[in-house]
Amino acid sequence: MFRGIIAFLAGAGMLALPAMAQQATPEVIRAAVLRVDRQELPPTSRLELATEDLGFAGARLAIEDNDTTGRFMGQKFTAQEVVATPDTAADELERLIEDDIGFVVLLADDGLTLSLADQAGDRVTVLNAAARGDNLRGRDCRFNTIHVAPSHAMLADALAQFLMWKNWTRWFLIEGSHQSDIDLANAYRRSAAKFGARIVEERLYEDTGGARRTDSGHVQVQKQMPVFTQRAAEHDVVVAADDADVFAAYLPYQVWDPRPITGSAGLVPRSWHPAMEAWGASQFQNRFEALANRPMRELDYQTWLALRMLGEAATRSGSSETGELRDYLLSEQFEVAGFKGQKLTLRDWDHQLRQPILLSTGLLMTSVSPQEQYLHQTSRLDTLGIDRPETECSFAEAK
Amino acid sequence: MKPLIVIGLCLSVTPAFANRVFVSNEKGNDVTVLDSDTLEVIGTYPVGNRPRGITISPNGSELYVCVSDDDIVRVFDPQTMEELHTLPSGPDPELFVLHPSGNPLYVANEDDNLVTVVDTRTHQVLAEIPVGVEPEGMGVSPDGKVVINTSETTNMAHFIDTDTLEIFGNVLVDSRPRFAEYNHDGSKLYVSSEIGGTISVIDPSTQQISHKIEFEIPGVLPEAIQPVGVRVSSDGARVFVALGPANRVAVIDGATDEVQDYLLVGQRVWQMAFTPDEKYLFTTNGNSNDVSVIDVEAAKVVKSVAVGQQPWGVVVAPD
Repeated sequence: MFRGIIAFLAGAGMLALPAMAQQATPEVIRAAVLRVDRQELPPTSRLELATEDLGFAGARLAIEDNDTTGRFMGQKFTAQEVVATPDTAADELERLIEDDIGFVVLLADDGLTLSLADQAGDRVTVLNAAARGDNLRGRDCRFNTIHVAPSHAMLADALAQFLMWKNWTRWFLIEGSHQSDIDLANAYRRSAAKFGARIVEERLYEDTGGARRTDSGHVQVQKQMPVFTQRAAEHDVVVAADDADVFAAYLPYQVWDPRPITGSAGLVPRSWHPAMEAWGASQFQNRFEALANRPMRELDYQTWLALRMLGEAATRSGSSETGELRDYLLSEQFEVAGFKGQKLTLRDWDHQLRQPILLSTGLLMTSVSPQEQYLHQTSRLDTLGIDRPETECSFAEAK
Repeated sequence: MKPLIVIGLCLSVTPAFANRVFVSNEKGNDVTVLDSDTLEVIGTYPVGNRPRGITISPNGSELYVCVSDDDIVRVFDPQTMEELHTLPSGPDPELFVLHPSGNPLYVANEDDNLVTVVDTRTHQVLAEIPVGVEPEGMGVSPDGKVVINTSETTNMAHFIDTDTLEIFGNVLVDSRPRFAEYNHDGSKLYVSSEIGGTISVIDPSTQQISHKIEFEIPGVLPEAIQPVGVRVSSDGARVFVALGPANRVAVIDGATDEVQDYLLVGQRVWQMAFTPDEKYLFTTNGNSNDVSVIDVEAAKVVKSVAVGQQPWGVVVAPD
């Protein structure tokens, strides 16, 4: 039945498009972007202060892009922008569902992403554009959730491939004390085992709640970081797992041994970088900057991509109906272009979007993984993250 | 009798009329001019910021260059490379196509989702036509009645009536359509999809995709095969497709749509141009900063010529 619908949709997509569709009353495809903001300390660097429109700016560009195409298809797109706190998020989601929204792009942490996905059930499709937890793609996977954001495992593997290519195989792993830091550190441990690196030293950087950016804070940092990193086993590179943004930014040039910093600072794996200009990205960056008056961040890119996926499903399937769009997104036909030089597709075993990962240093993109030496029998993108044979995810709905 | 034969031989070995070959260098902000006979560089001339699309009037008197970051089309004397005047193009012009009569010029404005129609004689904008997101590829039918625009993020080929300047058809193709080219009699339209990795062969009369050409090269990753530029021989028999970072040009049988051969050229090959006699095909190789010269009859690469930084487009002057 499921396959039958897909085949029908694929057939419909091949038909020539009615030239006059742009004159007819368009069908509206309604989505929402739900951003859950936590009360937390400002980021270590003031260059990374959150903006009011973080994520939403990406959504606005995606809606413009989708609507331009929609003119030729007789389709129109909307994305309600909703800001919530962890306490109000459940009520906001309920309100969106009652409002008959079919797709919710969620910008929330791991825990809330899971609880909101469970609350949504089969009433809405969640497009996770922020949470990186591997559990969300593994033992806690949900059929109603599509992961647009890359996972910790994908980001860690992307960095690991580059480090192996450099032959920097001895890693000094420093992890933070928050749960998300521990999850990220576990992803690096897995990557080391997967690609043959050795973690020769591990240390825990405890977040004691000290003030982060105080006056003359650099004096403290300059004293603390060398001491914290001294007498580590001989290593080629430091790998920092600091998802909570507590210490990693302070590591470059402050460590005891003169070694490069990677992971959460230094050479950082990420989904997007505002200096990226390969694969037609210059035009995309220009359009975003003209709209938002600032460079594009990862959350903007991931939100844009989530809504572009929806737009692409609508264009290709020719449908504006929520169930058909979801089926098309999850079908083998689905693919989307995301300014990364190749088509992006969904893994059917955990609904994770396959995507190249950028490795960036400060002002530039340094490399892109997968590194070309890493091959795979189905897609080289599956050398990043959790592959089919090792997944802990099992969708009851798919059987 | 004998002297006559000698004269005959002399005539047959007389070199073909040499044509100027113009290559736009996107990062170098200049145009490199080659001689199509000696295959040597004649000179390099500054043309403005980020030159990409490049074409020449049918009588060879005006050279048009999209200087994307100047938001304008600059017009040069092809002999002296002096700037004659500019044409308003709308923002970020990337590629354009001239009507077969030499007027008007149809320009894709990549940042603005428009095709701008410019009168090359009066230098006035005649119309702006809203199209899909990131318009790039521009093609024109041999009879000049239809202009095609491809939009890279909308993934469509838009059919524009050159009389009414309105879109009368849209064909959905694979991801990131970069280029549109008709064959000699207008019976086939080839649209390349860079990310989709295919060429859609469209029947312009029905606006249906009749065939999709796919590419497979041993030892080359599938994701590196990114079709961009397309050129069709004047008899429609052979189609050449530039495959981007695959560093190959595919040779396709224009009748059967079958791939016949892959020619190894420089790195990241995007655009191509024939000499008027179709003896040579020039390709721009953006990453190796050179132009590969293909002997069309032999289907062999005979030379590579170093040009400027990041060569993008190429056009050969008419006879």
